Amino acid sequence: MSHDDGRMSTKQKLVYMANQIATFFDSKPHEEGVAGIAEHINKFWDPRMRRQFFEMLDAGGDGMKPTVIEAGATIRRPRQDAA
Amino acid sequence: MGLVHEIDFGTPASKSEKQVTLTVDGFEVTVPEGTSIMRASMDAGIEIPKLCATDMVDAFGSCRLCLVEIEGRNGTPSSCTTPVAPGMVVHTQTGRLKDIRKGVMELYISDHPLDCLTCAANGDCELQDMAGAVGLRDVRYGYEGDNHVRAKNDGAENFKWMAKDESNPYFTYDPSKCIVCSRCVRACEEVQGTFALTIEGRGFDSRVSPGAHELFLDSECVSCGACVQACPTATLTEKSVIEIGQPEHSVVTTCAYCGVGCSFKAEMRGEELVRMVPWKDGKANRGHSCVKGRFAYGYATHKERILNPMIREKISDPWREVSWEEAIEYTNKEFRRIQYQYGRGAVGGITSSRCTNEETYLVQKLIRQGFRNNNVDTCARVCHSPTGYGLGQTYGTSAGTQDFDSVEQTDVALIIGANPASAHPVFASRLKKRIRAGAKLIVIDPRRTEMVKSAHIQAEHHLALKPGTNVAVVTAMAHVIVTEGLFNEAFIRERCDWSEFQDYIEFVSDPRHSPEEVEKLSGVPAETIRGAARLYATGGNGAIYYGLGVTEHSQGSTTVIGIANLAMLTGNIGRPGVGVNPLRGQNNVQGSCDMGSFPHELPGYRHVSGDAVRDIYDSLWGVKLDEEPGLRIPNMLDAAVDGTFKGIYIQGEDILQSDPDTKHVSAGLAAMECVVVQDLFLNETANYAHVFLPGSTFLEKDGTFTNAERRINRVRKVMTPKNGYADWEVTQLLAQAMGLNWNYKHPSEIMDEIAKTTPSFALVSYDRLEKMGSVQWPCNEKAPEGTPIMHIDGFVRGKGKFIRTEYVATDEKTGPRFPLLLTTGRILSQYNVGAQTRRTENVAWHAEDLLEIHPHDAENRGLRDGDWVRLKSRAGETTLRAQVTDRVSPGVVYTTFHHPDTQANVITTDFSDWATNCPEYKVTAVQVSPSNGPSDWQKEYNEQAQQSRRIAGHLEAAE
Ligand code: SF4
Ligand code: SF4
Ligand code: SF4
Ligand code: FES
Repeated sequence: MSHDDGRMSTKQKLVYMANQIATFFDSKPHEEGVAGIAEHINKFWDPRMRRQFFEMLDAGGDGMKPTVIEAGATIRRPRQDAA
Repeated sequence: MGLVHEIDFGTPASKSEKQVTLTVDGFEVTVPEGTSIMRASMDAGIEIPKLCATDMVDAFGSCRLCLVEIEGRNGTPSSCTTPVAPGMVVHTQTGRLKDIRKGVMELYISDHPLDCLTCAANGDCELQDMAGAVGLRDVRYGYEGDNHVRAKNDGAENFKWMAKDESNPYFTYDPSKCIVCSRCVRACEEVQGTFALTIEGRGFDSRVSPGAHELFLDSECVSCGACVQACPTATLTEKSVIEIGQPEHSVVTTCAYCGVGCSFKAEMRGEELVRMVPWKDGKANRGHSCVKGRFAYGYATHKERILNPMIREKISDPWREVSWEEAIEYTNKEFRRIQYQYGRGAVGGITSSRCTNEETYLVQKLIRQGFRNNNVDTCARVCHSPTGYGLGQTYGTSAGTQDFDSVEQTDVALIIGANPASAHPVFASRLKKRIRAGAKLIVIDPRRTEMVKSAHIQAEHHLALKPGTNVAVVTAMAHVIVTEGLFNEAFIRERCDWSEFQDYIEFVSDPRHSPEEVEKLSGVPAETIRGAARLYATGGNGAIYYGLGVTEHSQGSTTVIGIANLAMLTGNIGRPGVGVNPLRGQNNVQGSCDMGSFPHELPGYRHVSGDAVRDIYDSLWGVKLDEEPGLRIPNMLDAAVDGTFKGIYIQGEDILQSDPDTKHVSAGLAAMECVVVQDLFLNETANYAHVFLPGSTFLEKDGTFTNAERRINRVRKVMTPKNGYADWEVTQLLAQAMGLNWNYKHPSEIMDEIAKTTPSFALVSYDRLEKMGSVQWPCNEKAPEGTPIMHIDGFVRGKGKFIRTEYVATDEKTGPRFPLLLTTGRILSQYNVGAQTRRTENVAWHAEDLLEIHPHDAENRGLRDGDWVRLKSRAGETTLRAQVTDRVSPGVVYTTFHHPDTQANVITTDFSDWATNCPEYKVTAVQVSPSNGPSDWQKEYNEQAQQSRRIAGHLEAAE
């Protein structure tokens, strides 16, 4: 999933980051872990990152861990006018 | 004004609680047991003549000048080595004492040059003072016989004479003026802990010598300056004093280099800085310093400093010098245009960990109030953001738990991923002192750092782990503590959440976390892990100190959580001598984080989504703050490459050099339409800037820095800003141009606003700082005197929270193409990206970045010490010279990143900490091969840099 020069695109990075977060919460009980992922992304991702995240999630969430996809339900969708 | 005078009590203070009363020259005086007669007398205001004693080191009793008579005792004991006793009656001035003292002085003076008038120490020489004090009027012996003073005796070579050693760039050693009091030797041993000096020879032949007859520069000396301070004569003297003369006034201020935050007296002659002398009352440093704060301030007046604002439309244009008005107006227009064209979120800013709290506060305020978004971040992103997350989750606050004094009560110090001897030298000296007094040391670091073994220091256990396996090793230590029943159940029951603890033991007891299993991935022998865990859990007060080797990993936050777990398990929290102490890099990393530099947090670590918190600012600033988190630095760069982020205001940071994956950073910067850099020099980032606003140094402004122990220290202006404005004034000009109603006349007014809006700063004010010297936050109604130690009666979050720490190997893996692991670090004489230190004489110690490689790996590649090598990762490649050493293990290479020519960050990748995006600096898979010179990238880069540094009307580029 990398470019020729070994770098990820912004979207690839977002998936990668979301999966990293999910991996940390893997050691928690399922419900708590999913809630943890959503809370983390809500707290730290700016609206345009979440917007790109949802574009990918809505297109099937290719490459996302199942818990990330599940967490998508409780991640806040950015308002249209948000920065 | 005048000089700030400090009393020399002659011998160190006694810590005894028991008091003793005695009589000195008819005055009754009460002092702690163990105090010397000399110090007790000074307490009573009676100054006994002395030469070999000074209160920074233990008494030695060699000069025999400080003699006293004690009723009921025979002889004339020396007051510096004789402790007080109850009811003792001391006389400091009798006929007999007077005669002896005169005799002693006569001998000293007869072997000392009498060029007082032209001596650099004239007016600041204790030998001179003592000659006056004892009433020495004539000297019966001449230099005819043996002496150390003259190069020749009657035309013949005088073998006792030694030439001056001027090898150290900052001070000279003139043996002809030495009285062999050994104060320097003791300072180097006791205060600094380097043991670079010895007294060679005996009796009249004895001389001070760095190492074995070496020059200072070639010896072990780290140029901390302690010996210079200790020297009572002109033997060891700052070159600046020799050149300029004695200072006439001094101002107490704070070092602007590292997170120790040492207090100094800036000793001045007019507006010229004569020297920086560590201040005894400084609570972080207690009178000690390192080479950076003590000597490396020359950058402030370096010829490359930019003093005029400059703009250019395209980064390929040369710079054009303009007035402040024009530069500010240009910036304002550009930011307005960009926001109009691309949206409110298309701009942002970066606050500086080198600037003051007040300046940082204003930059984030400008962004939140003026730009109306939360796109603010700071360089702490790339160093300690995982500390914020990890300690926040477990304890409820990102704050380090102790003050530096706490180390004096530590029994076992556990250092993880930090090399304080290089990065936090004054703290290292204090720690080493404690270790020499018997405390034990455990080091977890891939490299054999100076802490593992140096003069009179030897770590009990060195866990030389494979880079990237911190979580596994820390968790394995917890496994040992839990499975061997070494945890502190009473503490956990009282202070922590018991059910979370149950969950945690279930997790950590699993055999996959056992040292035997972890040995397989970390390379640390199981027995070493067990030994370290047992020692930390059972050795008395255990204190953890950690640095960037913990945080700069893809599991950085997890390791911080693991560390917090260890301290809770063993009850090592909430009292002196213990705790969890992040060693923060730059001088004001702590402060810049406190001041709301993160895109999700307002000052005082309050999340932007909190309505109540935003209300405070909404009503004060008259705007509606954005409730959405903003972009972090790496996200800003991604957004720039994607075309949604177009303008940035960077105060005092050099992200192109300090941030990982240089190529990605430069692509991001190049994609922006307005990059504003405010700095002292045309730094690397400025190669991509459209506006350059000259910055000011810490000598040129008032403000505060907050050090790694949360101590708010005053920075005081000692000279007029050469660029015209202090940095906070520049930000204010920008805010005013944007139509914001800012009218701060002095940084104290900014601090008042901070105190008014931030609960943990509620009682901080310049008045209080003036009275107390410094204060550690939280400082509010509950703790008006500040908080040296956190979590005393319970954790900030209520109950301490144990969290599982599953080890996940980083995706940065070695393989056939990149078989070695690169890890990065710092060295003592340089600071961060080196923009300042490279512009001082400190280059004498570190002219270039070197690649440390194990002899085994070097041999495989046909490399010898000093060879040029090519260092390549999947992100890029660079060249530098190799240093073959077994300080690193086979399979691991190490370098520093102080020089832009090396560009070590061309190599580092875009992997980062899962929670905070703190880059994974400490692990990069690389290949090393022979090379014959700079890489194409380095050449291209240099060309681009030179092009972009041209200033119209100046013949040469500024660097
Ligand atoms: S400068 Fe510091 S390290 Fe060097 S000799 Fe003096 S005390 Fe020792
Ligand atoms: S160099 Fe200075 S401090 Fe050291 S022995 Fe000589 S006079 Fe004393
Ligand atoms: S660099 Fe750090 S240790 Fe050195 S003098 Fe400055 S604050 Fe102190
Ligand atoms: S000062 Fe006491 S012997 Fe020198």
